[in-house]
Amino acid sequence: MKKDAAYDAVVIGGGHNGLVNAAYLAKSGLKTLILEQRPLIGGAAITEELVPGYKFTTFSYALSLLRPEIVQDLDLVSHGLLVLPMTNSFQPGLNGEYLLLGPDSDVNFHEISRHSVEDAESYRDLSHLIDRVCHALKPLVDEIPPNSMSQDPADLAEMAALNQYLEDLPADIRAMLEKFTTCSAAEILDDYLECDLLKAQIASSGIIGTKAGPRSKESGLIWLFHKLGEYDGVQGEWGFHKGGNGGFTQVLARAFESFGGTIRTNAGVDEVIYKNGKVTGVLLGDSTRIEAPIVVSALDPRRTFMQLVDPADLPSDLVQAIRDFKFQGTASKVNFALSDLPKFPGLNGHRNAFTGFTNIGPSFDYLEEAFADCLAGRYSRRPFLDCCVQSTVDPDMCPPGKHIMSCFVMYTPYHLAESDWDSERENLGDTVEATLEEFFPGFRKLVEHREVVTPLDIERVVGLSEGNIFAGEMFSPQMFLNRPAPGWNQYRTPIAGYYQCGSGTHPGGGVMGGPGRLAAKQILNDHSTATSPAR
Amino acid sequence: MKKLAPKTTPFHECLAALNETGIWKHWSGYLAAPRYQYSTTSEYYAIRNSVGVFDTSPLFKYRITGPDTVRFLQLVMARDISQCQVGSAQYTCWCDPDGFVLQDGVILRVGEEEFWLTAAEPSLHYFRATASQLAFSGVTIEDISADYGILAIQGPHAFNVVSQLTGAADELRYFEMAQTEIEGCLSLISRTGYTGDLGYELWIPTAQAHRIWQCLMKAGEDYNITPIGLDALKMARVEAGLLLLDVDFRSSRFAWVDEQRESPIELGWRWMFRKLAEDKREFIGREAIETQLTERTNRWVTVGLNIDWHDYKRVHMEAGIMPPKHELYCESTRNIYRRGSKEWTYAGYATSFLFSSLLKKPIAIAKLPNELAKPGTEVDLEIAVIRKPRNVLAQVQRMPFFNPPRKTQVPPGGNSP
Repeated sequence: MKKDAAYDAVVIGGGHNGLVNAAYLAKSGLKTLILEQRPLIGGAAITEELVPGYKFTTFSYALSLLRPEIVQDLDLVSHGLLVLPMTNSFQPGLNGEYLLLGPDSDVNFHEISRHSVEDAESYRDLSHLIDRVCHALKPLVDEIPPNSMSQDPADLAEMAALNQYLEDLPADIRAMLEKFTTCSAAEILDDYLECDLLKAQIASSGIIGTKAGPRSKESGLIWLFHKLGEYDGVQGEWGFHKGGNGGFTQVLARAFESFGGTIRTNAGVDEVIYKNGKVTGVLLGDSTRIEAPIVVSALDPRRTFMQLVDPADLPSDLVQAIRDFKFQGTASKVNFALSDLPKFPGLNGHRNAFTGFTNIGPSFDYLEEAFADCLAGRYSRRPFLDCCVQSTVDPDMCPPGKHIMSCFVMYTPYHLAESDWDSERENLGDTVEATLEEFFPGFRKLVEHREVVTPLDIERVVGLSEGNIFAGEMFSPQMFLNRPAPGWNQYRTPIAGYYQCGSGTHPGGGVMGGPGRLAAKQILNDHSTATSPAR
Repeated sequence: MKKLAPKTTPFHECLAALNETGIWKHWSGYLAAPRYQYSTTSEYYAIRNSVGVFDTSPLFKYRITGPDTVRFLQLVMARDISQCQVGSAQYTCWCDPDGFVLQDGVILRVGEEEFWLTAAEPSLHYFRATASQLAFSGVTIEDISADYGILAIQGPHAFNVVSQLTGAADELRYFEMAQTEIEGCLSLISRTGYTGDLGYELWIPTAQAHRIWQCLMKAGEDYNITPIGLDALKMARVEAGLLLLDVDFRSSRFAWVDEQRESPIELGWRWMFRKLAEDKREFIGREAIETQLTERTNRWVTVGLNIDWHDYKRVHMEAGIMPPKHELYCESTRNIYRRGSKEWTYAGYATSFLFSSLLKKPIAIAKLPNELAKPGTEVDLEIAVIRKPRNVLAQVQRMPFFNPPRKTQVPPGGNSP
């Protein structure tokens, strides 16, 4: 057995959370190593030049949830952070109608008024209320959550403080928070708005990456979660990192290395080594053994608890919770290289329509129909698409005059009832093209190259179980106090020195970095307690 | 009654067609757009990530020619114009006899005895009167403001666009200029700008303005060329540490008292006088400037302020609101106090304030006394949080705040992150 130099900390997985976590550890002076199974770091936040000159954001494709503290703490601007604004949100309808919302609230008022003058006003009320709810949640999102299972007085006090905090919130915020955690996006939206086109556009935030339709009760929380992000302090707004999210993880890697950290690629970890309940290191696929008193898994909960360690060594309630943890990935990506911008007949060449998100899902019924296919075990015949023509925001994504279009596709269940993804991959690509052709006549002729990424591909390439982009569904029984399991939501594991920092921990998925940051906080707390001189 | 309509620049019709907002401001009596689209941030990022085009035609433009020109400019301008070779440009200022700044501007040396100058305020009479007082007969100063429109093409892809119009851009280094033909039209190009980024300025004869504009737009189409307004330009100039007349200083010419006047040393332009010991010119204001340099009698220095992000966030969160960050650019005065003093002890003030979207933090341009002007010095900057004054930690920083290698790189590269 080969043996490598010892490190203070080894982080398994070089996705954005692994990188954030490792960077904080390295910054605090720990000799830190990142082990990444793939030839490139970034996890599900990578950019690949599949065709010379054309950059594809293979998986994740925009930024909003990234915690602003991380940008400051890790000095990411000096390492090349550059987040371009995505200013528009375009919702094409059927029959040539559309909704184009942009950066100016007065213009948006009149745009919504074309469909419903009352909605135009209610939309402002709703937006402001959501902003206030998100603001109230920030302290919970950006702190280590309390342990609801512990009887330790300190933990009990934290739980009491949490309950007090929630009780002290203004009544309207509390009521809305209650709705978000218990109601569907459709139920909430029906209280405020009447225009289906607008409601469907908003509700799309409630179904992204989740096995839920806009009328499923889980969609309220998913919607709220996606509103927690910001662009320069404007809540719920999105940006596009220069060169895609792969550009962003390269920035994280540079920051990590500037703090003295080491990255090793093509270095998949087979198992975490521990003795007498205490971690001692990791064993790589090539039998290399690396010793470290701190090992952090940035992988999802199933791989963290069921694969890297022997579940027999873990408490049975934890093992049961992880077994029950729902992954059930439902999202795919179809990315295009285009010879020109798609054309929407009603828009008369309005170029700016594409400088943001284009949402294909014009009504609740459309979305529910797409979801019904998923429940029946097949991919949507007319899918919901969240598209970005990224070259309109960053022209360096492809050669001058050409375009890159990223399409996030719902619903594509990991488990197909009557087929398999290797057989269906290109059929899915054709289905997406057909849907786009329906909304943008002539679309097919623009396609120069296509990349189809199914949930199976996400699992195979990135390692996310069942291809769930959030490293596990973000249903309320799997969030906050329970992410990934009650009592194990504070980044520790039953094995001393072995920690978890992936999107399967609080606050959750998306290119947020919160789990990586908070896990580092916990690790450094524990480490300083362990190494401080005896009193 | 005859209407006194605002003037329009040679590019106005082209730009008006692109102004989605319909908003115009007045700049030196000309219509100028604060922004063309609803997102100033998008315009700003054209400067930093693709290419933006700004109509800077309202500047006053002068041609100074004749056998006495160099000697004249050596006496009028604070920097030595003889150091500016033919085909080069110089950022300079001109002062009154007490060493207070009248104006700043960029001067281009088009020929041995021919210079072109841009200025924010009218200066024709001043230069002519000064020439006559100093008894220079061999210098001619003409106002060519109406003869040319100027477009600033700024951003990482500026070269890729401009090089399609003229081969002259290939050779130009930072602060160099050349006369060139663009689509058969005799023009002037300089590698200059007010953004701190890679960029060029094109002087286009007024009669050809529309035609050249169309050529430029066509050349820039595939690079997302974006017209940018005053607001985006001003955001970029703060990051570049470039001062703005009537915001960061005012002309000595119209000041009432010396408190309103500033020397180049006080404006942070000490670098202009690095070689003053070998420079024997008796330029206007020299004595006062030299005294300030040797005896450190300048009253303050203009410096950059790096505002602590955590503190900025804290004071807003304590008030229950999100810290404002989006498109936040202010030209109002903010007080600065000595840090650590129990009472608020006044130390100076900030003139320009920006939450930099690029740098992800608030920055400011400020005036501080010598003892507080050293980089790293901590001061308290007063900001209003729900209309109440709060102090936030700020650190003195050398300007520019942002200085990408591409600005001066030869040959100008594309846009590598």
